[in-house]
Amino acid sequence: MWPLIKLLPTKTNFPFVSLARLFATLSIIAVIATVVGAFYPGLNLGIDFKGGNILELNTGARPVDLAKVRGVLNGLDLGDVQVQSFGKPNDAVVRFQTPAGANPGAVVTRVKGAISQALGQVTYSRTDEIGAEISDELKIKGVGALLAAVGLMLIYIWFRFELQFGLGAVVALFHDVTLSFGLIILLRLEFSLNLVAALLTIIGYSMNDTVVVFDRLRENRRKFKRMPLRELIDLSVNETLTRTVITGLTALLALSGLAVFGGESLRPLSIVLLFGIVIGTYSSIYVASPIILLWGVKKDDAAATPIAPQPART
Amino acid sequence: MLAFSRWKIGLVVVSVLFGVIFTLPNLLPVGVLPSWAPSQRLNLGLDLQGGSYLLYEVDTAALQKERLTNLVEDVRTRLRAASIDFSGLGLSGVGVGVRISNPAQVSQAATLLGGALGERQIGGGRDVTVQTAPDQQLAITLSAASAHAAAVDAVTRSIEIIRKRIDALGTKDPSITQQGATRIVVEAPGESDPEKLKSVIGKTAKLTFQMVDMDVSPEDVAAGRVPADDEMLPSEDGFRPAYVVKRRSVVTGEMLTSASASHDENNRPDISFAFNGQGARRFAETTSQNIGKPFAIVLDKRVISAPVINGAITGGSGQITGNFTEDSAHDLALLLRSGALPAPLNVVEQHTVGAELGADAVKAGQISILIGAGLIFAFIILSYGLFGVFAAIALVVNGLMIVGAMSLTQATLTLPGIAGLVLTLAVAVDANVLIYERMRDEVRAGRPAMSAADAGFGRALTTIIDANVTTLVAAVIMFQFGSGPVKGFAWTLFIGVITSVFTAVLITQVLIGWWFRAFRRKTLPII
Repeated sequence: MWPLIKLLPTKTNFPFVSLARLFATLSIIAVIATVVGAFYPGLNLGIDFKGGNILELNTGARPVDLAKVRGVLNGLDLGDVQVQSFGKPNDAVVRFQTPAGANPGAVVTRVKGAISQALGQVTYSRTDEIGAEISDELKIKGVGALLAAVGLMLIYIWFRFELQFGLGAVVALFHDVTLSFGLIILLRLEFSLNLVAALLTIIGYSMNDTVVVFDRLRENRRKFKRMPLRELIDLSVNETLTRTVITGLTALLALSGLAVFGGESLRPLSIVLLFGIVIGTYSSIYVASPIILLWGVKKDDAAATPIAPQPART
Repeated sequence: MLAFSRWKIGLVVVSVLFGVIFTLPNLLPVGVLPSWAPSQRLNLGLDLQGGSYLLYEVDTAALQKERLTNLVEDVRTRLRAASIDFSGLGLSGVGVGVRISNPAQVSQAATLLGGALGERQIGGGRDVTVQTAPDQQLAITLSAASAHAAAVDAVTRSIEIIRKRIDALGTKDPSITQQGATRIVVEAPGESDPEKLKSVIGKTAKLTFQMVDMDVSPEDVAAGRVPADDEMLPSEDGFRPAYVVKRRSVVTGEMLTSASASHDENNRPDISFAFNGQGARRFAETTSQNIGKPFAIVLDKRVISAPVINGAITGGSGQITGNFTEDSAHDLALLLRSGALPAPLNVVEQHTVGAELGADAVKAGQISILIGAGLIFAFIILSYGLFGVFAAIALVVNGLMIVGAMSLTQATLTLPGIAGLVLTLAVAVDANVLIYERMRDEVRAGRPAMSAADAGFGRALTTIIDANVTTLVAAVIMFQFGSGPVKGFAWTLFIGVITSVFTAVLITQVLIGWWFRAFRRKTLPII
């Protein structure tokens, strides 16, 4: 049988809503776990957000004498200096904080001098230094960007749909962003600007997925005016299921290529995006829609059945 | 909708041509294409081609402090010239304070200083205010507006000076831009040694010639006792650790017209310089009056050398000798030619990526894009058969359009931008999935193939637009928020979303329309 799509049942009748309670519980547990994790062990902030310096060095043919590097750097009185090997034995990465009040540029120059003293000729494949002032700004901007994204999504959904839909979508977004943070904490990924970009993308994707389900829900509500919301949600999710699965799998396939072959620096970004695709799909079905049910049912009870006929969309 | 309309086919042809023409320069070696063809390639970010990103903060606090220090010297000179006795002259808080010894002269001093200090402002009045306070005190402050103006001016001038210095270094395609009020971004591709760049950019290079005060005894120097109009400066000349010099400079670096590295009679590196008219006059005057006394050549508050004046130097040119190497003499000459920075510059952020690391990243990016695209093609064709092939064709055009648009606009492709590209390709397929699923729904609802296909495009469109606006919003926010690499990601995503909606809807529509005409099938291949 080809194409493959013929293998999928054309019509599914999964009782998604009846499992909502179970999944809501799981989601809430995961969210609580993330909140706890945010305090302990906490987010592993990269230098983008806490300031500091990273040097990646290469010694050519000779292996790096890590102990010797540590020795000279501890003599510089910089506080906590991390020296680790990185990939190959002749590569190493050095991380350190700029002491308070010091000029980051001057400190890096001193550290490079000390390293040359210990290892001789060294090439630096990467130098990153971020002053405390910049990292503080980035922190504020990062939080601002995430909030602005969620806020704008709410406004857009409110504008295009109805308030309950918007609330459902935004709760789903918070859910997705929180759990993505959970993953970042769990895997001890270094939280960098790239990951903020990943989170913003997840917000976009999760919203995209939610909108598709909502669109169908809105349409079905016009089509089947007397159908209870619960059934409407099940129907809409089932109707869009093939699309959800195919789009989700396409994104996962494309990103897994990136995660495997994209190199060290893109790996955290791709891992978080992969997770975000999965969680974004899940939340459209199990977070966004049930929220509407919670809110929408009350509204339906209050409003007199039969619902007033709405003008058909053209 | 599926009926062939000429403008749709025209649009598709134009967009394909656009994609091909502007993508081509990236695929062919330089010089193959005729000169009239577009030749712009993708503009790779520093993380992909290697290079340095330096963010400098102009130290406006130091600038303000220097202005106040100058003000102190100004007050001293003016009061002395007018024979007004004073005491306690110095910085006080955000201004300068001085006590006039004779109560009768307080108002005279206030008028004198109020009319002479600072600069005349455009709106009338001066940027310095002089106020009398109890106990014969005068408080002299610089206006906030002038502090702001000085800062703005310092940033603008710093950018010019940095540009001169970097150009002199021969850095290829540097970019120097202002960021916010007091920051300057320097981006230098290819330069893998940022330390050299930083040492050239960051040096204030303020050159002054000051007379050495020979009246101060070595004991006073050791005890740190220095007269009020002198200052003690550390020395690098190798003879003495420090010199006590007159605060007032005889000549300054601003009066230089040229400076170049040269050699002295013993073939040691030195720097030849020439003064402008004013500098030459003042230098001649001072040297003729002070024969036999030493003067200090001071760079950034450090004495380079302190030669003794052997005779009047009237030609307006001379040499600076000191502990130079060939390189340091060359660099210093460069710095002196470009002029002194008006205020110190501090590096607050730096990213440097070696060219090799960048090349590795490009290679990894290419591989992951190819693999990602391959997987998407395989999956979409497996899922939707012939229509999947149509979607894949649309995806290829989409890729060409993105690369073409990015080459044309010279938007920067960064490493996260590659991730954005991969994601865009995946999300682009979503539009086709939505359309095809809609078609299947319509067939199930009993519509004939052609009409179902038509309705599929029409009905899916609102959903597609709704769904993609959200990604656009996310991209715009990222663009606002992000620094270089994240901006690249946002930009790629933004271009990609727009082109993908366009190609996924229009190109597949034309292809499916053509298929209906050519084969006149009664069923869709996706049912």
